[in-house]
Amino acid sequence: MIDPIDLQLIVAIQAGLPVVARPYALIAEQLELTENEVITRLSRLKQQGLIKRLGVIVKHRRLGYQANAMVVFDMPDTLVNDKGQQISQLPFINLCYLRPRHGEQWPYNLFCMIHGKSRERVLQQLNQLISSCALQDYPYDILFSPRCFKQRGALYANKLS
Amino acid sequence: MLTPLHKQLLNNYQQEFPLSPRPYLEIANHLGVTEAEVLSAFTELAEHNYISRIGPVIPPNHIGLSTLVAMAIPAPQLSTAAAIVSSFPEVNHNYEREHRFNLWFVLIASDQQHLQSVIAKIETQTGFKTMQLPLLADYFINLGFQLDLDDTAPVTINQAEAVSA
Repeated sequence: MIDPIDLQLIVAIQAGLPVVARPYALIAEQLELTENEVITRLSRLKQQGLIKRLGVIVKHRRLGYQANAMVVFDMPDTLVNDKGQQISQLPFINLCYLRPRHGEQWPYNLFCMIHGKSRERVLQQLNQLISSCALQDYPYDILFSPRCFKQRGALYANKLS
Repeated sequence: MLTPLHKQLLNNYQQEFPLSPRPYLEIANHLGVTEAEVLSAFTELAEHNYISRIGPVIPPNHIGLSTLVAMAIPAPQLSTAAAIVSSFPEVNHNYEREHRFNLWFVLIASDQQHLQSVIAKIETQTGFKTMQLPLLADYFINLGFQLDLDDTAPVTINQAEAVSA
């Protein structure tokens, strides 16, 4: 269970730190904390892993990374952890996770994402992924995304706990 | 147009934004520019929609509960269904993908009951079924990545960095 003040703090910064000289002091004022307490709490949340990273969240499509592909594999359950870890080592992969299959309509359990500058580049990277992780024998699919309807960070309501 | 300073701010501060009272000054000192220049460069990046924010990334299921959801929507109805899905504050990413399952979104709710009630509303309002794909294990989740922002003119490394490297 998350500390209620930590949760308030996350709610206060989730839409972004203010771009002013002393952003943590401004957040502290809103929450009736001290600047030092805000910094200490955020450092602790990072150490604990509740904040995975704190930093600039880029809009990759705007920056030329237009080809966004979700690649999915049907991996045997006995291999999926090893393969997931191998896939995660590749520099062009920024997400890799296990999800449940849904019968014949969705036989895939291992997901990863490739963000590239072009479809051709992403397909090359997919080939590299398949050969370097020895995935030739497993069914896969690649789902490019032609449109993004909504992209923003998770927004946590204050009532979450 | 991205300046070398913009590119440095985009690439160097995705992971470790300074946790000190004057973070923009710390960045400025590191890059050899003024605090005012860093503040205005970040403001420009946000205004021109190159960054969504400087903020925290929370791993899934640490606060509240999240799931990936997919739907198979006939093409003529896709935009309308997508707009309904996007209208829920619990939805934070919503993408069209090239597949029979052509709408993919991530939902975050306070608990399972809340999550299922949002999914039920989405199914009722769109008239289509959902497929829920909750996370079972994550091997790697780090949405930050090294951007190749200019193939012909690489960002120059400033003196301070060159010295510390």
